[in-house]
Amino acid sequence: MYNFNYQRASSLDDAVAKLGAASDGTLLAGGQTLIPTLKQRLASHSDVIDLSGIGDLRGISADGGGVTVGALTRHAEVAASADVPAALAALADGIGDPQVRNCGTLGGSIANADPAADYPAAVLGLGATVNTNLRSIAADDFFTGLFETALNDGEIITSVTFPTPQKAGYAKFPNPASRYAMVGVFAAQMGDGVRVAVTGAGPCVFRVAEMESALAGNWSADAVAGISVSADGLNSDLHGSAEYRAHLVTVMAKRAVAAAG
Amino acid sequence: MAENGIGASLKRKEDPRLLLGKGSYVDDINRPGQAYAAFVRSPHAHANIKSINSTAAAAAPGVVAIFTGDDMAADEVGPLICGWAISSKDGSPMNMPHHTCLAQGKVTYVGDHVAIVIADTQEQAKDAAELVEVDYEELSAVVGTADADAAGAPQLHENAPNNTCFDWHLADNKADVDAAFAGAAHVTKLDILNNRLVPNAMEPRAAVGDYERSTDSLTLYTTSQNPHVARLVLSAFFGIAPEHKLRVVAPDVGGGFGSKIYVYSEETACLWAARKIDRAVKWTADRAESFVSDAHGRDHVTTVELALDGDAKFLAMRCSTKANLGGYMSLFSSAVPTYMYATLLAGQYTTPQIYAEVKTVFTNTTPVDAYRGAGRPEATYALERVVEAAARELNIDPAELRRRNLIQPDQFPYETPVVHTYDCGDYGASLDKAIEIADYAGFAARRDQSKAGGKLRGIGFSNYIEACGIAPSAAVGALGGGVGLWEAAQVRFNPTGNVTVFTGTHAHGQGHETAFAQVVADQLGVPVENVEVVHGDTDKGPFGMGTYGSRSIAVGGSAIVKAGEKIIAKGRKIAAHLLEAAEDDIEFTDGNFTVAGTDKALNIGEVAFAAYVPHNYPEGVEPGLDESAFYDPLNFSFPSGTHICEVEVDPDTGTVEIVNYTAVDDFGTLINPMIVAGQVHGGIVQGVGQALTEGAAYDPDSGQLVNGSFMDYTMPRADNVPSFNIDTTETPSPLNPLGVKGCGEAGAIAAPAAVMNAITDALGTENIDMPATPEKVWRAAQAAG
Repeated sequence: MYNFNYQRASSLDDAVAKLGAASDGTLLAGGQTLIPTLKQRLASHSDVIDLSGIGDLRGISADGGGVTVGALTRHAEVAASADVPAALAALADGIGDPQVRNCGTLGGSIANADPAADYPAAVLGLGATVNTNLRSIAADDFFTGLFETALNDGEIITSVTFPTPQKAGYAKFPNPASRYAMVGVFAAQMGDGVRVAVTGAGPCVFRVAEMESALAGNWSADAVAGISVSADGLNSDLHGSAEYRAHLVTVMAKRAVAAAG
Repeated sequence: MAENGIGASLKRKEDPRLLLGKGSYVDDINRPGQAYAAFVRSPHAHANIKSINSTAAAAAPGVVAIFTGDDMAADEVGPLICGWAISSKDGSPMNMPHHTCLAQGKVTYVGDHVAIVIADTQEQAKDAAELVEVDYEELSAVVGTADADAAGAPQLHENAPNNTCFDWHLADNKADVDAAFAGAAHVTKLDILNNRLVPNAMEPRAAVGDYERSTDSLTLYTTSQNPHVARLVLSAFFGIAPEHKLRVVAPDVGGGFGSKIYVYSEETACLWAARKIDRAVKWTADRAESFVSDAHGRDHVTTVELALDGDAKFLAMRCSTKANLGGYMSLFSSAVPTYMYATLLAGQYTTPQIYAEVKTVFTNTTPVDAYRGAGRPEATYALERVVEAAARELNIDPAELRRRNLIQPDQFPYETPVVHTYDCGDYGASLDKAIEIADYAGFAARRDQSKAGGKLRGIGFSNYIEACGIAPSAAVGALGGGVGLWEAAQVRFNPTGNVTVFTGTHAHGQGHETAFAQVVADQLGVPVENVEVVHGDTDKGPFGMGTYGSRSIAVGGSAIVKAGEKIIAKGRKIAAHLLEAAEDDIEFTDGNFTVAGTDKALNIGEVAFAAYVPHNYPEGVEPGLDESAFYDPLNFSFPSGTHICEVEVDPDTGTVEIVNYTAVDDFGTLINPMIVAGQVHGGIVQGVGQALTEGAAYDPDSGQLVNGSFMDYTMPRADNVPSFNIDTTETPSPLNPLGVKGCGEAGAIAAPAAVMNAITDALGTENIDMPATPEKVWRAAQAAG
């Protein structure tokens, strides 16, 4: 680990100020990606600004149209919540291992936008809204590429609002080593249509329009069984070729729909 | 039998200490004023070093010293060694490259050692190591086993043309074997890969080199399976210090699996540097370093052929293997793919003729050495895959084909055509018991049930044999080994009657502190809690050869028994004197010396006290009760057994679930069945790891290890395996005083073949290699339809 200045933010404004004042600062939420990266000397920052002291970024609150999850809410808290959609709780319960789930946060995960993370599938699949200190961003606009989001410099996620689905399910094929999603598919029947979001398969979470329209007409695993995505542009590594990942998108979509009931 | 003696499933004495964080590992050891080392490692798989500039690094905060290969050469530090000489078919000696501790002029794999940077703190050492400027001239790399000796391949070592170390065969009998094949009714042939594994012991390697000015002596604290051998190598071959001026301590060590046999560059450099800077030097590997610098295992490419007659009796076998040595030779790297591999190809069968040839090649990869099983898993895998394939081709039940060819209990001692003479065994008994436990008869119904659920079910056998308890020194020497493989023990009664046992073996997870204490308790009638087993410090116990090859109980345990026999013999003299009886009339049972036919008796503790306070003592007998023994085994021991694996394959994803795993092993006498069960469990899981998940992946162009972290290298986990059904049969070895055979490697030897035979059964194709990852299984399922 390279040397850095550790700073603990007392409020959102304080965090923004500290980040602005640092020459090359970064934010620490749950630290499940940042800390290992620092320890392996794969990243170096002048300042690490710890958000964990900002209490009002943590917690789950349900209201009429859905549920809002604070950015610093731990995966284990989402997994244990009766207020979030069951598919979201199940997804959170399958992230990493118990240590990761008890440290890692929703905001940290989606800000990092790892192409193989689970949460982006739920955020996009449920059509959630990402709330920041500056604005609200629709999920469709939030994830912009490999480890890329719509967040600007000095912009910090405060919470994510998930609308309530009529039906939703998540199925993932884990990378056998890291247990990240090699392919994870979140399928949801929302009040305004069906959404199918795929994580792990490509450089960034994406929707599958053909599956969404098929499911809109016939919400069943069979409806997506014959729909395959192109392998072009999908991820390929020693665990799975693009062709295999493309195949798994269909298999996991079927299982996600089946899990949704 | 003494309470908690041989056969008792006693909980391990060492576990409370280790589980509660009270263990003392090398990284827990800190010496006054110690500095920290970091290594500059090659980022390239193959390169010439044009220059090294450490000016900037030397000026970095906290830096104490920076040394390169030239500095060590100036001090005449000897090259790293290989301990086993192998000759090629034509009689020429193996081509062993010069392997300096720190590279001089050339690097041959990513992670190769270029310089040692020593600083006041670990982070300062790492920071400064990044500032060492090495000017590399990059060279093309070769990493694949199969093509390493191809024309035009990049050449690693001047003295190893075509990257070949040796081209060996076990015997010059190819013509005879070919003739047997020509007359065969059926021949089964397979091309198989044995994947390269990264050992990944839980504790990374570590070293603290310490210099004592007042005595001009050195101490090395190191993660070693064989501290005495390490001292010998550091003294006699590297010239770091004479043996009597060097102490090597291997304290608690968290797993070895063979990877901590070798004496590596890191501990050598730390020890040497400690005297140079007159400060202790500490280094602990991080996991990334472990991946590229711990000796890897396996990495064979093999063609195996089995010839059968019209009754499906095995007539002959041919086995041709190319084995990858990596960038340099390692300590046992020549022996593992030869005398620990080809000599096991008879397995449990009466195959009368076997031809085995092995070519070893250098590649731009991490050096390969012994890894749990070391040659024997590779042999079992080749043999049991081809036997299973033959059964399928001939449409004979695989259990029946094996049974038809098994060596029978009345044929022992049995001389195989590949060197070994097996001492004892009842292979059919293990096979029958395993078949019953696995409910083989019910498999067809279970397969139908799986099919109805859209899954493919398969079952696979592995009848393994291993040569353990290494080994008779004369036999080792005759086959090219550079050492004797006896073992030593010292049994010391303390005046108050408790016992300290010193062993030359080393425990790094095997539970010796418990099992060896049980042996002593059983023999000498002392409560097991009054027996302390001491190992791992060359200043404490007798010289010993260490722990590997499932040798500790068979060889080290036998040495303890021999020392115990001397204790009893001496105690008998003392007791006879005190009891005023003839020595021949003294019987020793359950810790008591008794005058035969009377109730006159002395406990061994009383005899020990008398030996240390010899006021009333037999004439001519030395005081004290402290005996040593050296035990050279008469033969290898030959654990064997049958493992049966049942898998269910999801053809949609290629996921393999092991739904049932049965192991019936014959380890001879069991000292502690619970420890044995733990060893079997761990071994099977490592074997399952090889079959399903593990495998070092090198980029063929750059030579980079692609999966050099746990994020990409798939260690087996609890959810990869079911609850095992394990049982034993028991044919005690007649060749050692305990009747034991060794149990540490069996699971890792048997499991890969059992798992892969189950998968190939489920898929209906032999065309899949380890590790059977989901994508490979999915593709094989697609291809097999």
